[in-house]
Amino acid sequence: MKYIIAIIKPHRLEEVLSELDREEIYLKTVSEVLGCGRQKGITEVYRGVKEVGNLLRKVKLEIAVNDEYAERTVAAIKRGAREGEIGDGKIFMLDLKDCIRIRTDERGKEAIG
Amino acid sequence: MDKIVASDVVWVLISTALVMMMTPMLAFFYGGLVRKKNVLSVLMQCMVILCLVSVQWILYGYSISFGPDKGGLIGGLDWLGLAGVGIEPHDTYFNTVPHQLFMAFQMMFAVITPALIIGAFVERIKFSGFLPFTLLWATLVYDPLAHWVWAKDGWLASMGALDFAGGTVIHINAGVAALVFILMLGKRQGGERHYAPHNLPFAVLGAGMLWFGWFGFNAGSAGAAGGLAVSAFINTNTAAAAAGLTWMLLDWAMNKVPTMLGVATGLVAGLVAVTPAAGYVTPLSALVIGALAGIVCFLFVTKVKAKFGYDDSLDVFGVHGIGGIVGALATGLFATKGINAAGNDGLFYGNANQLLVQFITTVVAIGYSAVMTAILFKIVDKLVGMRVEQRDENIGLDLTQHGETGYTLHE
Repeated sequence: MKYIIAIIKPHRLEEVLSELDREEIYLKTVSEVLGCGRQKGITEVYRGVKEVGNLLRKVKLEIAVNDEYAERTVAAIKRGAREGEIGDGKIFMLDLKDCIRIRTDERGKEAIG
Repeated sequence: MDKIVASDVVWVLISTALVMMMTPMLAFFYGGLVRKKNVLSVLMQCMVILCLVSVQWILYGYSISFGPDKGGLIGGLDWLGLAGVGIEPHDTYFNTVPHQLFMAFQMMFAVITPALIIGAFVERIKFSGFLPFTLLWATLVYDPLAHWVWAKDGWLASMGALDFAGGTVIHINAGVAALVFILMLGKRQGGERHYAPHNLPFAVLGAGMLWFGWFGFNAGSAGAAGGLAVSAFINTNTAAAAAGLTWMLLDWAMNKVPTMLGVATGLVAGLVAVTPAAGYVTPLSALVIGALAGIVCFLFVTKVKAKFGYDDSLDVFGVHGIGGIVGALATGLFATKGINAAGNDGLFYGNANQLLVQFITTVVAIGYSAVMTAILFKIVDKLVGMRVEQRDENIGLDLTQHGETGYTLHE
C-alpha cells in the first residue's frame, strides 16, 4: 500500500480530478494549503496568490492506494497538473503500513478498496 | 409652472437613494452565488456599472431617453450634459419635484438594468469586453426602450402600454439580453460539475436588501408622496411575499426540502413581476401576480433550463425575463382605474384591449432587446473578445482580470 501526497496549483484541481476519475481512482482527500518551493514563492503574474510572506496558495491531495494502483495514480496526477512551469508542484509517495476502515474494522488491502 | 411640493421631493429623493442601493445589493446577491475565485469580478462589474452609467446618463443618456421626442423613437440631444434640465419641475415628468430629481431617479434605473445582465455571463467574461458592451447596450438598447415606454410621446407609451416601474424596460429587456448573451457566450468550463454558491448568506443579504430597495423602485415610481405610492408599496411587499412562499412550497414538494436559495430567488421573481403592475392593481391582485411569478419562474429555472441545458448561471432569464413577461401580461389582466385613474382597466375589468397592448409591448421589448444584444455582442466580440482564455477561467476572474482575491486562507 502507498500513501500519495500531491501539491498542485489550485486551478489544475479540476483537471487532476478528471484524470483520477478516468483511472477509476475515486478515494481522495483534498485541502487548501499554503506553501512554497525552491523558488521561495517567486512567481509571475497569475501563477499564484501570495498570502503570508512568500507562501503561495496550493491544493494538497492525499490518496491511499494499493500497490498496483500507485503508478497509475502518479501518472494521472502528472497529466492533470503539469503545465511545464515553475510551481507545477510535487508528488510524494510513502509506504503505507496499515489502513483501518472504522465502520467494519477491515484492515489493509480490503480497507483501502 | 408647476409648484414644487416638499413632501414629494423628500419621498423621491429617498426613493432615488433606495434604488441606487439596489445595484451594490445586487452585487452581493450575485456575488454570493458564484465560486469564491470570481466573487470580486461580480462586485467589480456591478460597481463599475454604477460609475459608468451615472456618467453616461448625465452626459447624454438622459437626453436620448427622455429629451424632446423625435418621432416617438428617441429623445433629442437638447438635454446633453443636462442643458435645460434644472430645478424647475418638468410639466410631465414628476411635475411636483425638480426636473433634476426625476433625472436622478431615472438614472438609478438605467444603472441597475445592465447590472442585472451580469448574472448571465459571470465567471467567464473578459472585463475589457464587458465594459464597452455595457456602454453600448445602455446607449443603444436601454435608452431607446426607456424612451418608447416612458417618455412623453414615446411610441409604446402613446399606444397605452402600462409599465409602472419597469417590467418591460428593465426586467424583460435585461432578461432577454441575458438569454442571448448566454447562447452566444457558451457555458462555463466544467459545467457538468455542480458548483455550489460560495456564500449563500451574501445572496440572502442581497435579496433581502433588494426587497427593501424595491420600495423605492416601485413606490418611488408614483413620483409623489401620496396614496399611489402607498398602493405600490403594499403591492410590492405582497407580491414578494406570495412568490417567496410559492417557491418554497414548490421546492418542498418537488425537491423534498424548502431551501433558502429557493425563497430568495422566489421573492425576487415576485418583485420583478409586480414591478409593471405595482401602481395599477389591488393588493389581492398583487398576491395572485406574485404567486403566478413563483410558479412560472420556478418551472423555468428548475425544468426548462435543465431540459435545454443553457447555462443561465444566476437565472437572469428565468427570473427577470420570465418574471417580467408574467408581470407585463398580468398588468393587462388585473389593472384597474379604481387604483390609478391615470392607468387603465385590464381584461378582468372589461378592457380586453389592454391585454393586447401589453402583449405587443412585450413582444417589441423581446424582439428589440434580442436583436440588438446579438449585434452588439458580435461587434464587441470581434473587436476585443468577450470570453476569457480557458486557463484564465480556471484560475478565476478575480486574479486574472483584477489581480486580487476576495478571501485569504489564513489570517
